[in-house]
Amino acid sequence: MNAPTENAELVRQHLIDPEICIRCNTCEEMCPVDAITHDSRNYVIKFDVCNWCNACIGPCPTGAIDNSRNVGKNKVYSLEEQYSWDSLPAQEALSGTLTATTAALPETVVSITATAQAGQGGPALAPWSAAHPYVNLYTPANPVTATVTGNYRLTADNASSDIHHIVLDFGSVPFPVLEGQSLGIIPPGADANGKPHLLRMYSIASPREGERAGHNNIALTVKRVVEDHEGKPAKGIASNYVCDLKKGDRVQVTGPYGSTYLMPNHPGSSLMMICTGTGSAPMRAMTERRRRRMEQKEGGELVLFFGARSPEELPYFGPLTKLSKDFIDVNFAFSRVADQPKKYVQDLIRDQADKVFKMLKDDNCYIYICGLKGMETGVLEAFRDICRQHGEDWDKLQPQLLSKARFHVETY
Amino acid sequence: MAIDYSQKIPNNVDLASNKTLQRALEHWQPAYLDWWNEMGPEKSQTAEVYLRTAVSVDPSGWAHFEHVKMPDYRWGIFLTPTEGEKKISFGDHKGEPVWQEVPGEYRSTLRRIIVTQGDTEPASVEQQRHLGQTCPSLYDLRNLFQVNVEEGRHLWAMVYLLHAHFGRDGREEGEALLERRSGDADNPRILTAFNEKTPDWLSFFMFTFITDRDGKYQLASLAESAFDPLARSCKFMLTEEAHHLFVGESGVGRVIQRTCEVMNELKTDDPVKLRGAGVIDLPTLQKYLNFHFSVTSDLYGSEISSNAATYYTNGLKGRFEETKIGDDHQLKETSYKVNEVANDNIGTIEVPALSALNERLRDDWITDVQAGVDRWNRIPEKLGINFRFKLPHKGFHRKIGMFADLHVSPEGKIISEVEWAHNHKNWIPTEEDRLYVHSLMGRVSEPGKFANWIAPPARGINNQPLDFQYVRFS
Repeated sequence: MNAPTENAELVRQHLIDPEICIRCNTCEEMCPVDAITHDSRNYVIKFDVCNWCNACIGPCPTGAIDNSRNVGKNKVYSLEEQYSWDSLPAQEALSGTLTATTAALPETVVSITATAQAGQGGPALAPWSAAHPYVNLYTPANPVTATVTGNYRLTADNASSDIHHIVLDFGSVPFPVLEGQSLGIIPPGADANGKPHLLRMYSIASPREGERAGHNNIALTVKRVVEDHEGKPAKGIASNYVCDLKKGDRVQVTGPYGSTYLMPNHPGSSLMMICTGTGSAPMRAMTERRRRRMEQKEGGELVLFFGARSPEELPYFGPLTKLSKDFIDVNFAFSRVADQPKKYVQDLIRDQADKVFKMLKDDNCYIYICGLKGMETGVLEAFRDICRQHGEDWDKLQPQLLSKARFHVETY
Repeated sequence: MAIDYSQKIPNNVDLASNKTLQRALEHWQPAYLDWWNEMGPEKSQTAEVYLRTAVSVDPSGWAHFEHVKMPDYRWGIFLTPTEGEKKISFGDHKGEPVWQEVPGEYRSTLRRIIVTQGDTEPASVEQQRHLGQTCPSLYDLRNLFQVNVEEGRHLWAMVYLLHAHFGRDGREEGEALLERRSGDADNPRILTAFNEKTPDWLSFFMFTFITDRDGKYQLASLAESAFDPLARSCKFMLTEEAHHLFVGESGVGRVIQRTCEVMNELKTDDPVKLRGAGVIDLPTLQKYLNFHFSVTSDLYGSEISSNAATYYTNGLKGRFEETKIGDDHQLKETSYKVNEVANDNIGTIEVPALSALNERLRDDWITDVQAGVDRWNRIPEKLGINFRFKLPHKGFHRKIGMFADLHVSPEGKIISEVEWAHNHKNWIPTEEDRLYVHSLMGRVSEPGKFANWIAPPARGINNQPLDFQYVRFS
């Protein structure tokens, strides 16, 4: 795989679809940098002038302006080519350069993924209706530079955990992602031995068309690590670097990663999502994907079991409570709320035993678990109990779920 | 300046600071709503329509979509923001700063220009008010209503100028704009084309493709005006006009698409068989094109016009894309080619460019219409059908200008009264053609369904799916 060098040469070119453009001149009028011009046939965009400010997108009455192609940097469509078109050229299959094999994945990614998916109990497959993911476009040797366009603290000021919502923008460089995928961030500098830091993986918390629809940006949900697994104080290098990023900072990114922890796309498919803490990132991505498509009434149920210490520590608590019950069934478990018994996600799952069992048996329901390793045992135990109550054997059901790509676990 | 929606009349012209003007417009507003309820889209005032509303004039804010009832649409006054030290770009005043107030000597001329432009806006709403009853789909119904509310807003833009800059005369003109009625024998709209009926959806699509394109060229030349408030009003109206052109061009394109599909299915180009299959045969579409093209052509006025020359020299009305044209912008020396009729032949003659400004704008418009027709022609070409649409000659079926008293064939040959009498039914729609088209107009209002005579569009509005509930009925 010698793709990386070629990958770095890929660019996104803004183009106008001549088949539906009606030559109304609005885009040319709107463009603040005069990147748009025309002849008697077509309206065209100057690649070297367009800065993707998107001022032309909203005003276009036809949507003709809302097109782009990923092209090699030395193969940008010239104005002459654009003038000659009757219709847009197909996206050239950038085969080999935009797909990669697992063998080429960085070792860190392979080992982290293996550990994360261990709880699944078998090899992972992507749902049959999942979109095809791009994987490993950018490697540690050849990362892409993203710009920070937002960084907000998600947890309350008095909460013990400091979780941040970070938005990264890729400008005109393609970084296509699907919900459930992750990316790598390489902290700058070197470790105690003088070696560059290894990449850290973070789940993407935004849907495929961007944190802001139509923009080439993604969101991450990152918790500042201040202690190690045993609870001893330890400052996580990458998480502190990421949580301290400021707007305008530039970050070295690798990936995307993950070709199986993906959501189904067929109408009528349901999602059962079980998570704790920042494990909510992929759940947010998937929920947001569905929310933006709500008008299409594609059906399918969404159920979320979400655990945290307290409401103040739960990322996206506010927005989640605002979603309508018809759209998503949200269940919160809090383990550290004064004067209330401790509650964990597995307790919520047990509370809804009948519904959960029905969803486990429904071939159109896909199950996603993401969060701390500690939750895994409890959740599986709950599934086991629920199956037993309904005269079913979890150990037989689980392989079936796996073979249909309906059971996805990522815990760390 | 941001649009202040807390105001009764949303605006970005700081209306609140000018109490006299604010009161005058607030007085006009109920009269406008009365007009809308009486003459706006028939039986549709309670429907919730997925409309685009401007929430600010910057690129991110003016295409805001939501379901609203048309009478609740936030009509208001939006001007494109001022651009620093703007200078007049043409005519005798070229190089001087643009005017924020009307110079006394041009007062009545400017008022007439604004009233004439303003009059077309409510006129087209009136012409189209019955169409909702026969919509070919919810998608098309929504597009019709979007066009209607925006024409209404364009009236607002013109009335604002009349109220703000023309005192009592302006207020009276504002009222008269609500009193004239399209097609009314006693009190008609000012321009003939705006008193024609828009009896069916094919006419509506042709109208938005061809006549709204005249609107684009008129607005574009007014957007060059030395009277800056007029220029800025027209500039913002142009962004909305684009959608109207889109509705027309894609509408006719979809009719062509559907007919060509059925031609291939039935392997025929026989109009009788095609009409039997419930689609509009291509020769009939060509006749509609001929009709609308020629009627709209008249809107540009006479080929040689001293009025147009005066407007230009005085800086009231420029040319299309004035600032992009590489000449002296005063037209003292240059000439322009116009048609000339001599000995039953149509030739050309060079005349002073200043006197031929109407013709020049008409030519710019024809180039633009031709480009749209070329795009229509790609549809039969793609489907392997040997038919191409052709614009008729400029002199065909004209009522104004040098061809008014002549008969000219679509190919541009001067013909006799007898020849015209024998052939005109092949060139412009006959009563029978109109009745046939009318017979197809049944209402289709189930989401995602389209009438048999028109193909679905390539994509929905604002990327919504085709079966989206574009209009909700109560």
